[in-house]
Amino acid sequence: MTVVIWVCATLLAVAAVLVVVRLTTGPTMLNRMVAMDVLIAIVVAGLGLEAALNQHATTLPILVVLSLVGFVGSVSVARFAARDDKGERA
Amino acid sequence: MTTVVEIASAVCLIAGSSLSLIAAIGLLRFPDLLSRMHAGTKPQVLGLLLILVGVGLRLRDWTDLGMLLAVAMFQLLTAPVSAHMIGRAAYRHDAVRADTLVVDELTPTLDDVGKG
Amino acid sequence: MSSPETPGAVPKRRRRLQWPILVWLTVVWALLWGDFSVANIAAGLVVALVVVVVFPLPPIVFGGKVRPVGLLRLIGRFVVDLIVASGQVARQALSIGRPPMSAVIQVDLRSRSDLYLTLTAELLSLVPGSLVVEVRRSTSTLFLHVLGVHDEADVERARRDALVQEERVVRALASDEELAAYRRAREGDPR
Repeated sequence: MTVVIWVCATLLAVAAVLVVVRLTTGPTMLNRMVAMDVLIAIVVAGLGLEAALNQHATTLPILVVLSLVGFVGSVSVARFAARDDKGERA
Repeated sequence: MTTVVEIASAVCLIAGSSLSLIAAIGLLRFPDLLSRMHAGTKPQVLGLLLILVGVGLRLRDWTDLGMLLAVAMFQLLTAPVSAHMIGRAAYRHDAVRADTLVVDELTPTLDDVGKG
Repeated sequence: MSSPETPGAVPKRRRRLQWPILVWLTVVWALLWGDFSVANIAAGLVVALVVVVVFPLPPIVFGGKVRPVGLLRLIGRFVVDLIVASGQVARQALSIGRPPMSAVIQVDLRSRSDLYLTLTAELLSLVPGSLVVEVRRSTSTLFLHVLGVHDEADVERARRDALVQEERVVRALASDEELAAYRRAREGDPR
């Protein structure tokens, strides 16, 4: 099981690096927000993996909070911050 | 019995992590914002669900399963909402590339789309 | 068409609808605490009551009934769609060569209920390959962004898939009258 979890952790780490590339290149706020969403999902997955590896449930409340807060973030950006993008093209 | 559950859990975890990686690759490679959203939010929904199932199979505790179920439910309820909000904002702010669209039936009618 | 609305009927509907929300909020509370004891459920009920009273939602008209067979078909088909379509998007993400083309299409749904409109839009958004960009509530019209579209045939297939999704939602939840109205609307529509 430990081997499996390390394989998964490697996959997630590569995924996180790729997402950070998109996060830095943008080019718009909305693009970064999509990348942010994926990054949050990867963090949730990583915390889940850690819980599975050590068979404890201490981090599960963090998963709940992250899955809610990530959503609030992207909605508010889409609602309010996106209008700064008007000149930029995706 | 325990071995079977462990193997099922391992399969779920690996499949979920692979989908996360694929989501990241799609996010990087696709040409415009809306396509990136398909790559980002969608395999991610299934990927995250698979990982949660994998974790649930490994923990095997009712309290934890309830918590994981809550995460899965929030994910399923909120993912379409944020996807819609971002997609809509992208469209309204002209951030959509016309050259990757085969058909665009929205732009001609956008002016009279109801605000409610 | 939706069920007839009279001004006097709205408060009654709102009062009636509070129960499902109350139960739902209490269940979420208990799930978050991870504790299904009587005291915790009572506390959750109090919090849910405060939430419902302080932040009342506009009433959603649900005049239908739950049909177990239709609901099972809806959920089962959704899981299959989720897996198949995730595979498709994954293939598109990994394939070498030109990135996939997409399209924005207009889908006129046949039912006139906000609830079915919302559910159909949610399910369509969750399934990879389609994304709801815009909704016109007055005519129950969805505008979908569809990934991996190459020609007119793909566009028509996506439109048909969306309508079939709506049909599954209606068949899972609609009342007899709504189902009959839906069937009439479908017969008037050549697609």
